[in-house]
This record gives sequence, C-alpha cells and structure tokens, in this order.
Amino acid sequence: MQISRRGFIKVAGVGVAVTTVGAFGFGEAEAAVVAHVRPFKLANTMETRNTCPYCSVACGIIMYSKGDLKKGDATITHIEGDADHPTNRGTLCPKGAALKDFIHSETRLKYPMVRKPGSNKFERVSWDTALDRIARLMKDDRDKNFVAKNADGVTVNRWTSTGMLAASATTNETAWLTYKVARSLGLLGFDNQARV
Amino acid sequence: MTNAWTDIKNTDLVVIMGGNAAEAHPCGFKWVTEAKANRGAKLIVVDPRYTRSASVADFYAPIRQGTDIAFLLGLINYCILNDKIQWDYAKAYTNISYLVKDGFAYKDGLFTGYDPVKRDYDKSTWDYQVGPDGYVLADETLQHPRCVWNLLKEHVSIYTPEMVERICGTPKEKFLKVASMIAETSSKTKTMTSMYALGWTQHSKGSQNIRTMAMLQLLLGNIGVRGGGMNALRGHSNIQGLTDIGLMSNLIPGYLNLATDKEKDFATYMSTRGFKPLRPTQMSYWQNYKKFFVSFQKAMFGDAAKPENDFAYDYLPKLDVPSYDMLRMFELMHNGKINGYICQGFNPLLAAPNRKKLTEAFSKLKFMVTMDPLETETSRFWENHGEHNDVDTASIQTEVYQLPTTCFAEEEGALVNSGRWLQWHWAGGSPPGEAKHDTWIMAQIFLRMKKLYQAEGGAFPDPIMNLTWNYHDANEPEPEELAKELNGYAVADVKDPADATKTLVAAGKQLSGFGQLQDDGSTACGCWIYSGCFTEAGNIMAKRDNSDPEDVGLFPKWAFSWPANRRILYNRASADITGKAWDPSRKIIEWDGAKWAGYDVPDIAPTAKPDVVGPFIMNPEGTARLFARGTMREGPFPVHYEPFEAPIKNVIAPGIRGNPVVRVFKDDAEQFGNSDEFPLAATSYRLTEHFHYWTKHNRVNAALQPEFFVEISYELADEKGVKAGDWVRVWSKRGSIKAKAVVTRRIRPLICDGKKVHVVGIPLHWGFTGAARKGFGPNTLTPFVGDANSDTPEFKAWLVNLEKTDGPAVS
Ligand code: SF4
Repeated sequence: MQISRRGFIKVAGVGVAVTTVGAFGFGEAEAAVVAHVRPFKLANTMETRNTCPYCSVACGIIMYSKGDLKKGDATITHIEGDADHPTNRGTLCPKGAALKDFIHSETRLKYPMVRKPGSNKFERVSWDTALDRIARLMKDDRDKNFVAKNADGVTVNRWTSTGMLAASATTNETAWLTYKVARSLGLLGFDNQARV
Repeated sequence: MTNAWTDIKNTDLVVIMGGNAAEAHPCGFKWVTEAKANRGAKLIVVDPRYTRSASVADFYAPIRQGTDIAFLLGLINYCILNDKIQWDYAKAYTNISYLVKDGFAYKDGLFTGYDPVKRDYDKSTWDYQVGPDGYVLADETLQHPRCVWNLLKEHVSIYTPEMVERICGTPKEKFLKVASMIAETSSKTKTMTSMYALGWTQHSKGSQNIRTMAMLQLLLGNIGVRGGGMNALRGHSNIQGLTDIGLMSNLIPGYLNLATDKEKDFATYMSTRGFKPLRPTQMSYWQNYKKFFVSFQKAMFGDAAKPENDFAYDYLPKLDVPSYDMLRMFELMHNGKINGYICQGFNPLLAAPNRKKLTEAFSKLKFMVTMDPLETETSRFWENHGEHNDVDTASIQTEVYQLPTTCFAEEEGALVNSGRWLQWHWAGGSPPGEAKHDTWIMAQIFLRMKKLYQAEGGAFPDPIMNLTWNYHDANEPEPEELAKELNGYAVADVKDPADATKTLVAAGKQLSGFGQLQDDGSTACGCWIYSGCFTEAGNIMAKRDNSDPEDVGLFPKWAFSWPANRRILYNRASADITGKAWDPSRKIIEWDGAKWAGYDVPDIAPTAKPDVVGPFIMNPEGTARLFARGTMREGPFPVHYEPFEAPIKNVIAPGIRGNPVVRVFKDDAEQFGNSDEFPLAATSYRLTEHFHYWTKHNRVNAALQPEFFVEISYELADEKGVKAGDWVRVWSKRGSIKAKAVVTRRIRPLICDGKKVHVVGIPLHWGFTGAARKGFGPNTLTPFVGDANSDTPEFKAWLVNLEKTDGPAVS
C-alpha cells in the first residue's frame, strides 16, 4: 500500500514537462533549467496509509516518509488526513494533526534500560541481557508460585503472583500474540485499558 | 458501537450523555453535525458541565455526576405514563410480556436475595416462569401482574420528574423538555442514537448506566435501526480489539469465558453454556459455543488439543475469584502478594485510582517490565520529582526494565474502531534507536522461557511447550501470519454435514467465516467473531473501497466489520414482524418472501422466517431483555445508587452507601470521605488537545493546553475567595494536589435534595515526564473502587475539598 510519489511525478510530471519542452522546440538550456527546478517537497516521499493511534474514531491518515524502510532509515516528514477515508474524510483533530511530533518526540525510548534495586537512575542494557534476565525472573516466580491444583484437588493451573497489563493501542496481531504467551504461562492478572 | 460513526448521519435525535464527543471524538462528532445540517436532527446534551458538545446542542440539561440512572429511569417512567412506546417493536422483540417468578421483588433499594455480608445476591428468583415444555410463559395482553411490563411500570414509578430534580439537580422543566424530545422517537419513523463514553463507564454502577439507556432505546424501538443504537465512543484506538481478543482477566477471545474452579472438567464447563432456546422455534447462537471454544484451543495448542484430553481444557488457567482485574491485582500487590508486573503500553501510575496506594504497591514488586514507545511515569515510579513524585528512591528495591517499542507509524496490523471496523495499516517509518516491535519482544520473552523449561523443566510446562508457533521466523511472527490465525483455518478437511462426500474447506485453507467452524478439532480459529477477516481471498481488513451504495452510510467494502462484515448489529430488528422496514426511508434488510436481503449482512439466518425467529439471537429468548434475569450483579432492573462518595444521602434508600454489590477492599473502605469533610462533587475529563498521558510528550499538544488546572463555578470561587488564575489546593481523603483555578460559567451549582452542590472539574493529562509542564492528575484523589460488573474505577464522581493556596516558589 505504498505509492512512490517520486516515481509517479517522474512519469507524469517532470517527464511530461521535459517532453513538452522538447516538443515546443526549446533548446537544451531551457531543459536543463527545468531539470534544476526545486521539486515539490512531497515529490520525493513515500506515502503510507495508516490510522490515527489515539481515539477509536480511527481517522485515516497518510504518512509521508523519506528514506528506505527496508534499510531501516525511513523518516516520517509529514502526516495529513486521508481524504478517501469514509469516517474522517481528510479531517483531523488537534491530536491527529500533531502526530508527527509524537513519532519524533524527545522522550521516545530508544534503548532498553534497567533500574537496579535502590538505584536512582536508568542504565543502558543490551536486549539480550534484559530479555534473559526477564525470562529468568518470570520463570523463577512461575515455578515457585504456580498453582497446579486447588485445595479440593481440582486442576487449576494458574500463576497469579505475576501480572500483566496489555496495551489497547497495539494491533490485533500484537494482542493475539500477547494473549497466547500470557495464557500459555497461566497468567490471570491480565487486563488492558478497557478495564479503565 | 452497535452502529458505525458514518451511520450517525441517519439519526433524528442525538443524545450525548456520559460523554463529550465534540471534545473527545471530534472527527466522529462531525457525523452529528452532518445529521443536524442535512436532516434537521436535534442534539441533546446532559452533563454536569456545559461542554463543547453542549455548546452546539439544541438543548442542554445539567445533571449531577453519578445520578444518570435516576434520570434515565425517569425518562422510562415518562414514556410509560405518556404511552410513548414503540409497541409493535417492544411486544415482538423484547421480553416485555414474559412472566417473572413469584418470589422476585424489590424494596427500599434492594431485590430479593440480598446478603449484606457477601455483598451479593442469591439470584434464584430473578428469572422467568417456565412451562413444562421448557419454554418461557408469557402474556401477550400484558395484563398478568407478573409480566415484565407491569413489574417495570411499578419499578420506575418512583422516578417522577420531581424525584429526578431532587436526585440529579436537573430542574424539572429541563428534564421534561428532554423527556418530550426523546419520547417523540417512539414513532416508527423517528430514531435516536445514544453516544456515551467514560462518563458512563467510570462509575461504581457504570454497566447499569448503559443498560438503562439500552432499555429506553428498546422501548422506543431504536435498536438495530439506521441512526439508532447504543454507541460507545470508546477510548484508545484498539480498546475494542483488545477486548474482542479477550485480553482481560477472565476472557477467551470472542467473549467466551475462562473456566472457574467449579468447572472441574470440560463437560461441566459446557453444561452451563450452549444455551437451549427458551421460545419454541427460536435459534440461540451460543449453541455454537463448543465450536468456538474447540477451534480456539486448536489455534492455541494445535495437535496437543485433541478429543482424548478434552481439547487441552486443563492447559488454560481457572479462576478462583470472578476476576484478577487491575484493581484486585493492585490490592494484592499492596499486600505484598505480587512479585512481577509487566506494563505493555499502559501507564497505571496515572491511569489507576489512588496514586499513593499504587506507588506503595509498585514499591513492593520484585521486578517490573515496561514496554512503551514513550517514557511513562510508571516506569519511573521510583524517581523523585519533588511534590510531583515524592518517593524515597533508595528504599525502593524493585528491579525495573524499560523496553522501547515501535509506535503505530513503524508497524503493520489492524486496529478495531468504535464501529467494529478492523482497519489494516502499514509501516511508513523506521523505529528509532533499538526500539522493537511488541511482537518481537513478546516472542523473545516466550522463546527464552521455553528454552529454560526445555533445559531445566519446571511447573507445568505443557502449554508452553505446545503453544502453536508455526511462524516462518520464530523470533518475529509477522502480522499477516497472526491475522490468519485469528481468522481461522482448516486443520483437516472440513466435510459438508449434508453430504460427507463433499469437502467444504480443504485442510490448510483459510476459513471464509465462523459458519465453517467445527467442534471436532478440524478447524482452528483464534477469535471466532473475526472469522472472515483474512480468507483465501486475502486480507479483507486491507480493503479500501469507499463506495457506499445509495448513500446509506454503511461502506460495506471498506475494511472488515465484525461479525461477518455486519455493519449494524441486530439489524433484523429494523424490520417488523412481517419483515418490512419500520421506516422505508431507513431500510437495512427486508424479507423478500424467501430470504433476508438489503444493504447489510443480515443479523439472522438468511432464510429464517420473520414471524418465526426473533431478532436477538444471542439470547436464548430471541428477544432483548428489559428484565435482565441474573446477568447483572445489582439486579434485573437498574436502581439509583449514589457514588461511594456523594454529597447527599441516597434519597430512595438512605441506608445504602454506593452500590450494594460492589467489591470494596477493607483499606479502601476506610479511605472513603464523607460530605461533611469533603463537600464538593468532583469529576474528571479529558481536553480535545490531549490524549490521556500520551500527548504530553508532544510539544504541539503540550503547548496547546500547557498547564494543569481545575475548573470551578463563579459561585464556588466567591465562597472560597478564589479569582481566576489563583492557585488552589484540592484534596480528598487519599491525596492532595495544587492547580490553577479556571473560574467559569460552564459549571453551575446544582440543588440536590434541597442542598447546594458545587461541582469541581479536574482534567487529566499531566505527570512528571514529557514536554509538558509537570502537574498532577485526578488519580491522586480518586477512590479505589470499581463497577460491580466490570470493575472499572469510579473516576467520574467523588468528593473533594478546595482552598486558595500559594503557587510553587518562583525562582
Ligand atoms: S484525529 Fe482526533 S478524532 Fe481522529 S482518531 Fe485521532 S484523536 Fe480521534
């Protein structure tokens, strides 16, 4: 669902201009000028369809980005309402209109961090170290506190000494994977913002 | 929502009560404007504050927060006394004529069977009279004294306009004006939509607030029709999806329930599900429960879920309490019973009630893991920020991991909007630094734990070892792979029940809808209500055809709407008993003599004859319930209960504090304040520029509404000697905050039971991280108590006091 506006303009815009210049009999000098005219700002961007992540009106948005997603250096440079979307028809409220600043917020998290017991600061930690430690902490707690049978001998297979809150701004797909993991571990203290 | 945002354009009357759509859902509110402009629809707003929605309303009526049920029962009483009922609808499509058991009664705020120690009911009398054939007894003439109609009439009779004024503080003539406008929609050709949000849910009787309006809508014939319905505006972008997929303590995807300790085996579990029809010729959709459950287990555990082990019934945890909801977990944590806690995109330090209790609870954790694209107060609960987070860092022994995740712009997948549309979106940007997808993080935690179990063994590893994990990159399952699991696929060939030589779906193929689900293990489906979203035809959620045949507002080819791509729930009820639309100009589906057809996917079997099968097929009665039987904890009919902290006594039952069946933990009960010490009625809300605690990381939004404030009336400001812009201190039994005062005419004192009640408005947004100034939130003040049915905290009605104070020292 990505349309390269650059590609489109090349064919339909600049390309046509050059052809037209040629067809009207202008010389090479003018064609060179045309080629140097600063292109429309969005002409070099990729358009991607998304929806506003805030409220569940779920307004359609178009995100414009530079760089290459596959190479990991795509940067969103502009966001606007999607005029084709039936609910919002291109409009956005003050939250949706300022979405770009959320993506580039100074308080976006970039690295895993740990705060050690009693410490007054977060310290950087590698993903491997963090995840190994979390898995260890969770397994030890589960093994210690897992309830396989209740007092009446009924199999109950629950783990209630660790809990989780899931995020109601994540996708269905994230939610499903989170559900699978949480329930296979026997977690019951499991909720999302729908509780609030 | 039963309907869709775009359908609001079809209404004649919008009632915004328990919400403020113009402020909180601005681009959805546009459809109200559309209805007003194009069909002369009217807008009524009932709210303690003269809100942005009220400012464009045709009529505004004030109400004291926490008294909506009295107001709504007053409306029902008005409609009954003035014969403003859509009679053909109510008689055919509700349980109005059913007979109720003889023992059932109501007196002084309580129904039969109350146990004050358990704070619960014996509900055995809360049911219908059933004949020897197993079907409900009914009196179509509505003469029988035990029929729902006569019991309801009696029950609501005390909610007169005078009583509404006494409880709610709504002047009688304003209430009557609202009542007369609403009553007009009992016409077959007029309809009303109810738009509500957290203003109704965040109460100790939130579920009953909504149910009362639903009863009114049924009496008016406004459910299942275009421009009608019960429309929850909903908060976060995928709060609908997370609930659908069952990320709640007690749920299985598709609104199935986890077993309790009483359901020791699968047969016992199934014995109370799969309801048999209660009326002759009726169909009851939950009779398919086993198909949904078995297919879910197959999606979870694959080959390990087989008939011999009751499809791995014991792999799922069982509940010994109704739910380990967020409040119960924080209570347990506060008691030192919880060791680890994971917060994925959730900031409970600001989002749950009684912040002091939360800080104490988190400080008792051994470890906490947060996953978020942004800083949260929760992940830094141990960090001292002066008066904004006054903790003793060194004494907090919790080990905290803060894991950076991608945000919406860097990920792909579906979100479900309030109108139940599953809309797919795509990634356009690369994640910053080492931020990772939530799916990668969850996979990593799981795979590492699984490896430890493989190496060391441990407590019941079977569900972990057998969890389906057929992803082509085990380390990072792809959104499309997960979506396909949610939709469901054939595990083995699915045979045609009518002709075993025919195969309906070949093994390995995606299902086309939940009609193909089986209870023998031949199908797998993560969430039955989503079946049809990702079929052999591809990803239906990614469809972007915005055509809308005949401008009905349904956009059937845009994305996927659960269930079965149906856009309006209960749409069978838009037609009369012969199958003709009540209002030809608002037709959805009609019976053509052989089948149902029209603009939407019928919410009934396509060939079910209109006079034979009732429209509410999720109920074994086939009708909607004015009398709720035992499904609500407070009782079959709603009753007015005051908030746990209320400025006046409950005038209909002075001995009852709050909602009599709400679970209250002992320490929290001791922290309830009384009106002599805390005379002001507080409420919380959000501003249009803000989204919860999230947009304070965003400079634009932080600047648009920069500073924490509380909103008070001129009258209260005069009493307290406060001028606009002065600093005030606001406190409850649980905490104290400082804010600038906004003195406004948008809030006026109300007279309730002869007493002047001042309302204090407290917006939420501020904390101690992000680009905004530091500030407080309402949760420093609010009581730790929730709704009786959903455990949603009471954030919308509690008590405070207020005084003028000095601002922070300016350097
Ligand atoms: S732009 Fe505003 S109205 Fe639209 S989804 Fe976002 S927050 Fe909601």
